[in-house]
Amino acid sequence: MQVQLSHPARTVEVKGPKKVKDLLRELNLVVEAHLVIKGDDLVTEDEMLYDGDQIEVRPVISGGSPRFTFHVSRAKNELHQM
Amino acid sequence: MNCTKCKTKAVIGLPRHNAAFCKGCFNGFVHDQVARAIKSEKMFGKEDRILVAVSGGKDSLALWDILLKMGYRADGLYVDLGIGAYSEQSHTKVTKFAEAVAASHGATLHLHTVEQEAGAGIKELAQLIHRPTCSTCGTIKRYQFNRVAIEQNYDVMATGHNLDDEAARLLGNVLHWQEEYLDKQGPSLPASVAGFAKKVKPLYRLSERELAAYAVLNRIDYIVEECPMAKGSKMLQYKEVLNRLETESPGTKQTFYWGFLEKQSKKQPTATTMTEKDRAVLHPCASCSQPTTAEICSYCKMMARAKTVVPR
Repeated sequence: MQVQLSHPARTVEVKGPKKVKDLLRELNLVVEAHLVIKGDDLVTEDEMLYDGDQIEVRPVISGGSPRFTFHVSRAKNELHQM
Repeated sequence: MNCTKCKTKAVIGLPRHNAAFCKGCFNGFVHDQVARAIKSEKMFGKEDRILVAVSGGKDSLALWDILLKMGYRADGLYVDLGIGAYSEQSHTKVTKFAEAVAASHGATLHLHTVEQEAGAGIKELAQLIHRPTCSTCGTIKRYQFNRVAIEQNYDVMATGHNLDDEAARLLGNVLHWQEEYLDKQGPSLPASVAGFAKKVKPLYRLSERELAAYAVLNRIDYIVEECPMAKGSKMLQYKEVLNRLETESPGTKQTFYWGFLEKQSKKQPTATTMTEKDRAVLHPCASCSQPTTAEICSYCKMMARAKTVVPR
């Protein structure tokens, strides 16, 4: 199946059949931070996906991949602003 | 997986509520959570005029959609930050929503363009005045939302901050023991002094994933890419950590943030204390009259500096 990913935008091929939760595990993605959309429909973690399905794994956390270098002054600034 | 309420096929599972919902029942769940937030925090009533800060992202557009469908009088305000293609895209999403959805409810969209007033987009402006981009952006957005709310006589200003935003912010404040910010972490901040609009966060009971699902299910076309300036932000790391905990132990985020709110409410009458504190230190800016702790507010200082350095 074709799986569309974001941050950065790319498409990967994954072999089916496979449950949604297993697809996310294989892609090393956290369930709480993603939605899985089959065609135009939102699907639950126990939904079975098959070869030929068009799948989008959409991140729900706003922003790109977090880096792990950071300055305390910037964090304080961000926290203060929210 | 079947819907907990009507037993038809579910479209989303919510482990923190030990439930799953079909589209109809999920929309009911979302509206119920927002109704609870509005009532418990005394945010606003059906007669109040609400100004929703919209960015083109899922949370703010979902908030506008929910409030309109619940029968509230909610207009939108979009601040065009002038961040190239990102701003163009987000502006388009907001405009489309305003025309396709909000207009049919009699709601209008206000627009402020940073480049028109400052002479440059947010990124260039921050560089020219030697300030971090996110800090510059925060100052401008807070100022403009408050200005429009006051000038246009809105009763309250609503933002799309969700449970993940508030839990991540709380985690950051606790990790750095920034206790002075905790009083202002509630979902309803009073209009403590003349010139300040009341600010509320009606989505604080809903997670980021639930709001993204609401947007997808209700065909709300939002900008999936977030601001390019936010990449590497510490808040994203806090959110990621909390989501790992949430996946292993559903309910962690709500226990953390709602538990904090409960403790705060028992501690003291926070709103009164905050109002008293604000009244003691805030007075009108000599330039624009918005409340500030200094003689000239940070926004006016920034604009004055911009006028000296931004090529016109």
